[in-house]
Amino acid sequence: MSFQPVKFYQTGTFTVGNRLLAPDERSVQAGQQRSNAINSGHRACQGCGEALGARYAIDAAMAASGGKLIAANATGCLEVFSTPYPESSWQLPWIHSLFGNAAAVATGIAAALKVKGKQDVRVVAQGGDGGTTDIGFGCLSGMFERNDDVLYICYDNQGYMNTGVQRSSATPPAARTATTMPLGPEPGNVFGQGKNVPEIAMAHGIPYVATATVADLRDLEYKVNKAMSLHGARYLHVFVPCPLGWGTASHDTIRMARLAKETGMFPVFEAEQGEVTSVLKIRHRLPVEEYLKPQRRFAHLFGKNAHPEIIERLQAIADRNIRKYGLLDEEGK
Amino acid sequence: MLKQTEGSHAVAEAVALCRPEVICAYPISPQTHIVEALGQMVKSGELTPCEFINVESEFAAMSVAIGSSAAGARTYTATASQGLLFMAEAVYNASGLGLPIVMTVANRAIGAPINIWNDHSDSLSQRDSGWMQLFAETNQEAVDLHIQAFRLAEELSMPIMVCMDGFILTHAFERIDIPEPAQVDVYLPAFEPRQMLDPAEPVSIGAMVGPEAFMEVRYLAHAKQMQALELIPQYAGEFKQVFGRDSGGLVRPYRIEDADTVIIAMGSVLGTIKDVVDEMRAEGHKIGVLGIISYRPFPLQAVRAALANCKRFLVLEKSLAVGMGGILATDVRMAVTGSGLKGFTAIAGLGGRPIPKASLHPLFCRAEQEDLPPVTFVDLDEAAVNKQLERERLNRRSGPIAENILHDKGVISAKFG
Repeated sequence: MSFQPVKFYQTGTFTVGNRLLAPDERSVQAGQQRSNAINSGHRACQGCGEALGARYAIDAAMAASGGKLIAANATGCLEVFSTPYPESSWQLPWIHSLFGNAAAVATGIAAALKVKGKQDVRVVAQGGDGGTTDIGFGCLSGMFERNDDVLYICYDNQGYMNTGVQRSSATPPAARTATTMPLGPEPGNVFGQGKNVPEIAMAHGIPYVATATVADLRDLEYKVNKAMSLHGARYLHVFVPCPLGWGTASHDTIRMARLAKETGMFPVFEAEQGEVTSVLKIRHRLPVEEYLKPQRRFAHLFGKNAHPEIIERLQAIADRNIRKYGLLDEEGK
Repeated sequence: MLKQTEGSHAVAEAVALCRPEVICAYPISPQTHIVEALGQMVKSGELTPCEFINVESEFAAMSVAIGSSAAGARTYTATASQGLLFMAEAVYNASGLGLPIVMTVANRAIGAPINIWNDHSDSLSQRDSGWMQLFAETNQEAVDLHIQAFRLAEELSMPIMVCMDGFILTHAFERIDIPEPAQVDVYLPAFEPRQMLDPAEPVSIGAMVGPEAFMEVRYLAHAKQMQALELIPQYAGEFKQVFGRDSGGLVRPYRIEDADTVIIAMGSVLGTIKDVVDEMRAEGHKIGVLGIISYRPFPLQAVRAALANCKRFLVLEKSLAVGMGGILATDVRMAVTGSGLKGFTAIAGLGGRPIPKASLHPLFCRAEQEDLPPVTFVDLDEAAVNKQLERERLNRRSGPIAENILHDKGVISAKFG
């Protein structure tokens, strides 16, 4: 008789909910002491992945620093929806300078804190994928290379959503955006070489690089906490679905993030000094169609004029991620 | 203490005396020696506490400066030319946020064609950025203006550029009186920021501002520069009390009491102009000079008052508003609106072309005779220009202009053609 291991979905997870957990296992967000660093009343869209990710990340960083935290913010959705004057949502010292310089502004803040002997105050910089992987890339790389004492958090929704959904270097191949329309023989975004900023960050050999999604907010909190336990340049790349830009339902944000991870389209891992130290395994491997189909930005791949060959190419990207990062456990599930 | 030293090094020493806490450094000629010297002082422990940050671009230099100034640190950087243009977005941002950063601009031409020599195109391109701009005539004045600049910037919570002519000043060795640390500490109070990123008192800096408040924020930047028109002479006066010499101020008149003709200029060329004016005075010409030290804010009233008794003026400037003429001249004409004064513009020294006395003497005589077109290009090689224009008439594909002119003049590698 073959042995069939029995798996309970909740085993080893926190999905039982905070009420059933010991107090020290509860999430920052579940605690009454959470800082609400991005206060309610901001103007993010319903189901905004970025607002959710930023809320968890900044509250976790606030908890880790004992409330002594300063944030530098790139121009973008997060900056715009949180600050129309005088209704700032931010409950921590916060500065927005430009689209492309959040990492450098954070470097300056860290330098000022160091020279004034206030090293108990910590610095985060944050921006969207446009402000991180495109226009802010030079400043980001400079901050990494100098190993400045800054945690940079990129909220990646795979496009310039604030300006009306245009392509960024983080937009996936075949995706429809306002500048990569689903027209011609190769509809949507081009199949380029991609620009994997977590890997580029790792190539700088900085102390800590991690990816996370808003589907696993426990993991996000853990990674922020881990990053805050270290000094020097640290990079956190958070996958944050955008209902507006992707054409998904507001209530599907977390599902979309989970599907990106479960299909292998977005590998979730952490790395120290340039070497991967752990990955979040895929629980139930799914074909990429499951992830693509609910998104209107990929609608041109399905239906009457379907493009199965393009879906195959996207599946190949997911397969490569799974191989490269070892996202499946030994049973190959 | 008197010292025989390089202009750049003297400026570095003056900046160090002001106890900056964060310095951002990116190399660009002719500014580089300044940050090199400061880097050495920080590394050796001579200047402490101070963070010296080697950034990856001028855009990052100004961005790091924005962060450190907003976090309450006295912040300094230096740049020139392309570097100033590369950081332009952050230059406007620093003044929009009201951050009192002090920056040296070692004035240099802007390409193309690439050119490392002195003119004033770089800082004048940032005329409307909201930064104050003071122009040094000598290396002594460059030293003194930096000390005054920190005080002015921090009092108004607005950034300031101290402009000094690249190479002509930055690389010149001469005798300079370096102030004593105790004197600077008396003159320059500790930095008390008006706004600061501080967990004890969280504020949002750089929030989005709509039509309901934007005008007021911009107006206040203007109002602060109007305040600077009063503070600049006041601080120059107090500087004299502590350090014992005249330095700074809005404008500097020279022999204009009974002058019919006044030559107006900024920066080191004033030295040559004064020599020519001395010679012409000796010949009996009624001619004087007005040096502009404060380019932003522009001292309209002081200029108008200085020109009240003359009959005509000539603005000699190392900058060109392409398609229009003079940049400084436009401001001077604004100052004398309605006075009926005859004014001329001379564009000189672009890209480091020498401005010799031999060229200025006849120019000033013609200005005196009112025998000049509205805009004169001093020592322009008209033959070279006409030859290129002719080439363009004859050939559709006439080729790159700069290379053609170098070829015609028979200089540099074009000879190999």
